[in-house]
Amino acid sequence: MAQGILVFIEQRNGQVRKSSLEALSEAARLIGNVGGSVSAVVVGQNVKGLTAEISKYKPAKIFVVDSGDFANYSTEGYAQAVTEAVKKADPAFVFSAQTSMAKDLIPRVAARLDAPIATDVTEIKSEGSSLTAVKPMYSGKAYGVYEFASPLVFLTLRPNRFALAAADAGHQAQVEDLAVAAGNIRAKVGEVHAAKGQTIEVSEAPIIVAGGRGIKGPENWPVLQNLCDVLGAALGASRAVVDAGWIDHQHQVGQTGKTVSPQLYIACGISGAIQHLAGMSSSKVIVAINKDPEAPIFKHATYGIVGDVLEIVPKVTEELKHMNGKN
Amino acid sequence: MKIAVCIKSVPDTEAKIKVAGDSKNIDTADVRFITNPYDEFAIEEALKLKEKFGGETVAIAIGGNEATEVLRDSLARGIDSAIHVKDAELENLDPLSTAKILANVIKEGGYDVVFCGQQGVGGDNSAVPSMLAEFLDMPQVAMTVKLEVTDNKFKAEREIEGAHEIVEGNLPALFSAQKGLNEPRYPSIKGVMAARRKEIAVKDANALGVAGNFSADKRKMRLKQMVMPPERPQGKLIDGDVDTQAKTLVKLLREEAHVI
Ligand SMILES: Cc1cc2nc3c(=O)[nH]c(=O)nc-3n(C[C@H](O)[C@H](O)[C@H](O)COP(=O)(O)OP(=O)(O)OC[C@H]3O[C@@H](n4cnc5c(N)ncnc54)[C@H](O)[C@@H]3O)c2cc1C
Repeated sequence: MAQGILVFIEQRNGQVRKSSLEALSEAARLIGNVGGSVSAVVVGQNVKGLTAEISKYKPAKIFVVDSGDFANYSTEGYAQAVTEAVKKADPAFVFSAQTSMAKDLIPRVAARLDAPIATDVTEIKSEGSSLTAVKPMYSGKAYGVYEFASPLVFLTLRPNRFALAAADAGHQAQVEDLAVAAGNIRAKVGEVHAAKGQTIEVSEAPIIVAGGRGIKGPENWPVLQNLCDVLGAALGASRAVVDAGWIDHQHQVGQTGKTVSPQLYIACGISGAIQHLAGMSSSKVIVAINKDPEAPIFKHATYGIVGDVLEIVPKVTEELKHMNGKN
Repeated sequence: MKIAVCIKSVPDTEAKIKVAGDSKNIDTADVRFITNPYDEFAIEEALKLKEKFGGETVAIAIGGNEATEVLRDSLARGIDSAIHVKDAELENLDPLSTAKILANVIKEGGYDVVFCGQQGVGGDNSAVPSMLAEFLDMPQVAMTVKLEVTDNKFKAEREIEGAHEIVEGNLPALFSAQKGLNEPRYPSIKGVMAARRKEIAVKDANALGVAGNFSADKRKMRLKQMVMPPERPQGKLIDGDVDTQAKTLVKLLREEAHVI
């Protein structure tokens, strides 16, 4: 009988994604209701060393698929590996973080196992041993509550929405090697080009400082970047400035950009168009800085400042530096 | 080259969304339906491939009457023919069922390339393309931002966190389109006129041989309830001169919101 929760742990370049550990934390929180135990699967080359970190979030078991075949991500290779792990663990649920890898991979695995999938889940509720998943629809203008009639269900969880559990260095998960032949990989990943100048990834950042047309021109990005630096924040952008060529699409937040749920989102010179809100309205705290008091963003802001972003942001940065200096 | 494009009709992204009385659907009064924005990139890429290699392009949509106009829009942009899967039994499908039905339509067609939008703005699932590729037993690239095809080989670029990945392989293959792939063209007047004369093939569950397979009680995922997002509490406007505003903001973020 299918039981328990298996969590797909994503790694790139030997780094475990924080959002995968969030999914693992949520699995540990729910397991009492679901029954069975939590297991994890990690795929790649030379990834065995990652089990120590994964173990801290208390899975009972970690499946490791470690081979040169998985040095690069490929849909078919990874789908094969995860499918084998699911067959071995025979869970009732498979969790993963909703990342670009997950968008490519997890539905493919679900299809292979004829199982339903709810993606970009923002809340999971338990009713007896069954789970219901809450996820945004219509760009967050509504939320759907989904129920499942299947012995196996896949859920991908929105990053930053599920709290990371306290790490327990004392916990020792059982580690099991899984030998998987990747099979015929028809679409191979060759090169990977790192995005220019990006240090902190927008979709996982706990704080985002985002700029729109109100920053006047690309020469003013350093004004926002300085604020990012003191806050340890990622730089976000509206579509208008991406389309204008002021910044790379990687930074775009919204309907046709990234969906984010940070603790703090500072919107600088962004009007708050519905398609921008689609990507960031589930942020915990929203700060809007805009010179137009009628800008729609103010209706969604926790704190609003009416004024010129190029005057206010440097002052805020200064104030934070001053405060940090005193600590 | 034979190219299939899966399209979806969705509420205009500007539309106000209200939950209907049954709390499972949206209230469609006053809602204008449009081609899913990501599908526009998929249609454009199909047209570009046909311009380069010749062949045939087919648009496929599952849906009610609202899908008819959207299929006409594809035809007006230059897509050669359209298939409309229309059946009350096949409404409000989950991604798994959608992918199975699309695979059923596409499988026998001998397509070299299948395009989808990376996400339907509605269910917001981004699950159908990968599921469909699995059912078609094709390699795939999800969230494609660049595509080159030569001699039945493809080289595609996809967006990942902080980087772009280059994926190479042979056709047939499926690609889901992400913003950045191209600049979609608008339908021309001539295209709109021509689209009126083109036929849309309508298929129901019987014609597809799937009658009874996808009725609501057979689905593995069901929408139990649709709810509006929680209201955000009324925000605070911070007054004063620039210095005061900056100081107050930092204080509030630290002492009230506890986020820094
Ligand atoms: C299908 C579709 C998908 C879309 N997807 C996205 C998406 O993913 N992300 C997205 O962001 N948009 C998206 N859009 C576009 C969206 O509708 C808006 O056009 C866009 O968000 C506007 O960007 P903006 O707020 O930077 O620019 P504007 O709307 O031009 O607003 C600029 C704001 O800056 C303020 N301002 C000007 N000068 C100053 C100053 N000195 N100090 C302070 N404030 C100042 C102005 O008052 C104004 O409110 C999409 C649109 C469509 C149709």
